[in-house]
Amino acid sequence: MAPMLLVVAEVADGQLTKLSAEIATLAAGLAASSGGSALGLVVDGAPDTAAAELAAYLPRVVSVSSAAAADEAWAPHAAAEARRLADEGVTHVLAGVTNDGRDVAGLLCGALGWGVLANASGAAWADGQLVVEAMVLAGKAITRSTVDGPAAIVTVRSGAMDAAERGTPGAVEVREPLGAPLVPAPRVLDRVAEAGAEASLEEAKIVVVGGRGVGGPEGFALVDELASLLGGVTGASRAAVDAGWIPYARQIGQTGKVVRPALYLSLGVSGAMQHRAGMQGSQTVIAINRDPDAPVGEIADLFVIGDLFEVGPALAAEIRTRRGA
Amino acid sequence: MRILVMTKPVPDPAANAERLGPNLRLDRAASPTVVNGNDEYGLEAALQLVERLGGEVAILTMAPTTGIETMRKALAMGATRGVLVADAALPGADIPTTIRVLASAAATQEFDLLLGGLDTSDGAGGAVTAGVAARLGLPLVSAAALIEPDEASRAVRVRRLSAKGYDVLEAPMPAVISCTQALGTPRYPTLKGIMSARSRQITTLSLADLGEELLPPDGQWPSRVLEVQPPPGRAAGRTITGAAADAAREIADFLADRRLI
Ligand SMILES: Cc1cc2nc3c(=O)[nH]c(=O)nc-3n(C[C@H](O)[C@H](O)[C@H](O)COP(=O)(O)OP(=O)(O)OC[C@H]3O[C@@H](n4cnc5c(N)ncnc54)[C@H](O)[C@@H]3O)c2cc1C
Ligand SMILES: Nc1ncnc2c1ncn2[C@@H]1O[C@H](COP(=O)(O)O)[C@@H](O)[C@H]1O
Repeated sequence: MAPMLLVVAEVADGQLTKLSAEIATLAAGLAASSGGSALGLVVDGAPDTAAAELAAYLPRVVSVSSAAAADEAWAPHAAAEARRLADEGVTHVLAGVTNDGRDVAGLLCGALGWGVLANASGAAWADGQLVVEAMVLAGKAITRSTVDGPAAIVTVRSGAMDAAERGTPGAVEVREPLGAPLVPAPRVLDRVAEAGAEASLEEAKIVVVGGRGVGGPEGFALVDELASLLGGVTGASRAAVDAGWIPYARQIGQTGKVVRPALYLSLGVSGAMQHRAGMQGSQTVIAINRDPDAPVGEIADLFVIGDLFEVGPALAAEIRTRRGA
Repeated sequence: MRILVMTKPVPDPAANAERLGPNLRLDRAASPTVVNGNDEYGLEAALQLVERLGGEVAILTMAPTTGIETMRKALAMGATRGVLVADAALPGADIPTTIRVLASAAATQEFDLLLGGLDTSDGAGGAVTAGVAARLGLPLVSAAALIEPDEASRAVRVRRLSAKGYDVLEAPMPAVISCTQALGTPRYPTLKGIMSARSRQITTLSLADLGEELLPPDGQWPSRVLEVQPPPGRAAGRTITGAAADAAREIADFLADRRLI
């Protein structure tokens, strides 16, 4: 039986997320190389824009306009629609490594009993089986794994693929929502945006990161200043998040966001394994740390040994001078 | 308030010794074992809720009988009893099997809230808690940063971490909740807690108690690791020391070279 791959897409502010476009590209490639097919699923209160965007990557998109999916937790509704497509022949479900994507994967696994290949950073066929590559054990190893059998659920990390549109857009098929979520869906009473959390870390070309070394919430003023001078976004280590200096949405690492910017610049971050797991795909790494033995030195292209409260402001001044400002 | 917390024994991340064994499964002997971080945040939240509202916190673990040692750590924090699912057929169990077994074991217990971790520090599958909710047909609230049950209305409000901050969700109880570090720092067991943990009851269940049909039909674990490689290294970089102004110039030159400023 030829594989049929389903991309469970996510929508943010009415648009397809970058990660969903990457997963769609991955799925289209896997369909082509196996003689199978790929389709996408968009479930949202207003799915039209995102469904059209997804159709740039896939030959077929199922678009479900569901008010409930917007007023209630999204995953139980998306998982129910994905299960319906599984009943119609889907063999592989691909979702993102996000809270919502993981919920869909887990709910479907509980409902269908299919094996799960988690945190894929790449995928290919070998002997008719889907084999995924994933970083495991806080970045200590990369594994290639498979599921024996015709079906699987895959969660995909950001950066596994560069999104690439197909020549001709696919067909969007509008469907009525099922109505019943896979499990009772909690109601959303409120959505709260925290200060500084608007800009997307994952999509940033430049990320400036503060760690415990910045000493407190005031220390992030320097990090923010450098980020804005460089046109980047502020990130943080877990130590800084746990201390309450900056919201969790800014955390980079194994239990936070995974970033792959052109430039990662850190101040006062030691570079623990769990932090590296979220940034080792960065193109260029610059670290400012006063400890010459800090592990971040092992992965920095430029390791600046010095006090961040001296080097940081000096760097800000230098950039301003060069810009003639 | 009756809260059941799913706690998985994992290699201690602080020991930094996690590795895969020759069978390409986690080498559990290579490292000391602790309660998975996210489960411990859930346990802490559960203990605080019960301290305020009354009731009990029990823990549920699927592991070999050596898992009892790790369960004692959770009991020492204040959980009153434990349920261990141990069976010679279970080591190496994959995610769908783990979900089936934990859901069946949870169904033998009475609870208002069933807590699990958002993910584990060893497997990082991040699927089990949601999968258990699906098997039990219970509401799922994931990525919790704050848990506020209301016994009068039989509903629980949860702050759920979102890409931009958090959402406030409400679900009827019983509900399944996945827990994160944002719930706050877990307590250290007191000496008294450690002493009393020794006498707290741990009930052991086997597959014979829960049903052999929880295993995959052919006895095979359908997902398996084919190959392990070290992560790609990064080429050694340049180190600079010296006065801040000089360092700043060198950084700016480096950025300019790479067209980053
Ligand atoms: C299961 C698990 C998951 C985890 N997930 C994550 C994760 O997702 N992300 C993450 O980041 N961590 C994670 N961690 C935590 C991780 O192990 C480290 O504890 C954490 O990354 C340390 O943060 P830090 O580097 O800011 O702090 P520290 O390790 O305390 O380092 C601070 C650094 O600042 C330097 N410094 C101090 N003052 C100055 C100064 N004035 N000038 C210059 N340098 C200075 C010090 O030399 C030191 O190197 C996880 C841990 C576990 C167990
Ligand atoms: N063997 C286990 N015993 C108890 N709880 C588990 C077990 N495996 C997973 N869990 C629970 O499911 C959560 C998510 O695990 P995972 O999907 O494996 O990352 C964990 O944080 C635990 O709460």
